[in-house]
Amino acid sequence: MSFVSKVLAIVCKDLSAELHTKEVISAMLVFSTLTLLIFSFALDLRGAMAEAAAPGVLWTTIAFAGTLGLSRSMAREEQSGCIDGLLLAPVDRTAIFFGKTLGNLVFMALVEVALLPLFSVFFDVPLVRPQVLLVLALGTVGYGAVGTLLAAIAVNTRAREVMLPVLLLPLAVPVLIAAVQATSGLVEGATLSEVGGWTRILVVYDLVIVAVSLLTFGFVVED
Amino acid sequence: MSTSNVPDSTQDFDFLGLLLAGTSGILIIVALGMAFLYAPRELTMGDVQRIFYFHVASAWVGFFGFFITFLAGIAYLIGGRRSWDILGLSSVEVGLQFITMTVVTGMLWAKPVWGTYWSWEPRLTISAVQLLIYVAYSMLRASITSPERQARFSAVYGIVAFVTVPLSWFAIRWWRTIHPDILTGGEAMAITPRMVQTLVASIAAFTVLYGTLLRQRMRLERASDALTRLRLKMERRSLLSS
Repeated sequence: MSFVSKVLAIVCKDLSAELHTKEVISAMLVFSTLTLLIFSFALDLRGAMAEAAAPGVLWTTIAFAGTLGLSRSMAREEQSGCIDGLLLAPVDRTAIFFGKTLGNLVFMALVEVALLPLFSVFFDVPLVRPQVLLVLALGTVGYGAVGTLLAAIAVNTRAREVMLPVLLLPLAVPVLIAAVQATSGLVEGATLSEVGGWTRILVVYDLVIVAVSLLTFGFVVED
Repeated sequence: MSTSNVPDSTQDFDFLGLLLAGTSGILIIVALGMAFLYAPRELTMGDVQRIFYFHVASAWVGFFGFFITFLAGIAYLIGGRRSWDILGLSSVEVGLQFITMTVVTGMLWAKPVWGTYWSWEPRLTISAVQLLIYVAYSMLRASITSPERQARFSAVYGIVAFVTVPLSWFAIRWWRTIHPDILTGGEAMAITPRMVQTLVASIAAFTVLYGTLLRQRMRLERASDALTRLRLKMERRSLLSS
């Protein structure tokens, strides 16, 4: 079995487990819709206000819904004892990391696919554009990668689900700033090269985080 | 000796610790004297600016402490030795005090100069982010029971957290320059040689103070390890005799 097929096998495992229960994805979807609703009440999102706040609301929603999915997917792994099986299997630790991260990214991407049209409907802010999708992808990869590593840590603590956002959000500061700035630049009509500095921060963050996570993930799942 | 498994450092007269404490005490007094008597009064901000010497020095130590935790984390993951873990956790706890001081002195400085306690000034903002990371690290430790796991997880967190800090710094600084804040406009400060000397003196004083506190915190942790070992030994003995 090649490295890629091992990674894909882990992703397929996560997806088929999710297809049985649909608990993670449905919780994430309902939660993010509720978040949009709450933001709309809190900030009165109409007209120019909606356009100015949309990028921030979008990324806050993704970040919060993301922590929900990340901790749930790792907790399921731990409760079913599946992680022990994975560790016993002749699979590289890095393959497990890639597999878990990709699985989480699929969940987050599904939520984002549902969120973007909702922004057009609720707030009249068109976000379904290729440039926005690129920023969305770059930000999600970094957030999902560091989130997967930290979820594997958080699931082994007493506080569990409460621990993940405390650990994750301060480390996600660069992603959230850069992603919000790039998105709002694009919403205001800038081209992709005009927000190039922000996308570069996202790319660097993604690379650094994936590298560090690969190096350290083995130590997290050791026992 | 019957107490041979108790580390020497917890029993012997701690000469280095005493020397460090004495040196940092003298240096702090010197730095205070320089900040209040030697350094000139800043023209636009007046006496308030004198907080700058302690603000910058504590920020430096706060970041330095986190760097030490990062290095200790790497060393722990490679070697697995408990002493690296002790260094990492002590450095976080001491660093937390200094970074808290940075944020508080920054706010005290901002109020009279900019008219508000908080202005999202980049350096103050990154210190606040750093403070939250330190708190998260401490909460993570507190939330794990197994000592081995505690060491391993916090080493990983210390490493990952540290590599995000430079990126946070760039993102925050850039974010503030794109949306310039009128409040931070009057930030420019005329620096004279006497000010530089005072700053160097207080950075030296705070660094030695960090070393002093770090050493005491590490001794405390070693003593607590020794106590745990003795307890286990006693329990085993009472089990055998019963």
